[in-house]
Amino acid sequence: MQTRRDLLSHSARVAGLLAAAGLLPSLALAQGGGWNKAAFDAKTLAEALKALGAGAPAESKDVTITGPDIAENGAVVPIGAATTAPGARRLLVLVEKNPSALAAMFELSDAVEASVSTRVKMGQSSNVYAVAVMGDGKVLYAQKEVKVTLGGCGG
Amino acid sequence: MADPMRIRAQAAGDKTTVRVLMSHEMETGQRKDAAGKTIPAWFIQEVTAQHNGKTVLTAQWGPAVSKNPFMQFVVRGAKAGDKISVTWVDNRGEKRTDEATVA
Repeated sequence: MQTRRDLLSHSARVAGLLAAAGLLPSLALAQGGGWNKAAFDAKTLAEALKALGAGAPAESKDVTITGPDIAENGAVVPIGAATTAPGARRLLVLVEKNPSALAAMFELSDAVEASVSTRVKMGQSSNVYAVAVMGDGKVLYAQKEVKVTLGGCGG
Repeated sequence: MADPMRIRAQAAGDKTTVRVLMSHEMETGQRKDAAGKTIPAWFIQEVTAQHNGKTVLTAQWGPAVSKNPFMQFVVRGAKAGDKISVTWVDNRGEKRTDEATVA
């Protein structure tokens, strides 16, 4: 563990400026319902998508996920989600093996690029998903495995 | 009231990269204190970003977002001098809004 940590002190910088083609105008930004508890309670990608009313996901190279291969500290893992597919309405970040899979959900308007980044906690090494929900109901995702040397949940 | 957010909005051509650093505990509700009692969850649930008063991005977060959360996004069509404001609401109903000027 020590040696691996020493060896890989690099961290993948989030490439935040991925251009996205024209997004759909007039999306339901403020849906008023507030925080989607069901989605954030969901344990898996499929459950979270169901709670959001989204369909079955398809892996796509139009969606990019950026993050480190190995995170030294699971409490702060920089993750970026982006898509070049036009018409993305939502970008989600999910961590497969966290107690609740869904970490963050971003609702995009036509005035922002379909590219966001944030930092998440990871309890253990796991696949991380970036999911783009399109205006036409299609759900695309990309995944990346992130190894965690020190967990960020529990204590 | 929580500490102010740090917001940087940097214009490059038509695109403005906004970086936000919030100050929040983001307690998951999974950790236990020294006495073995669960520390109640306390985290930011909703984030709204506005460009000159128009909402451009909203986000919903779970407790898996890191302590003192960072968020980056890109706004199209913002010019130097425009206002970018960010508001968050946590699960205790506390909220905070901060504003920055696009540079």
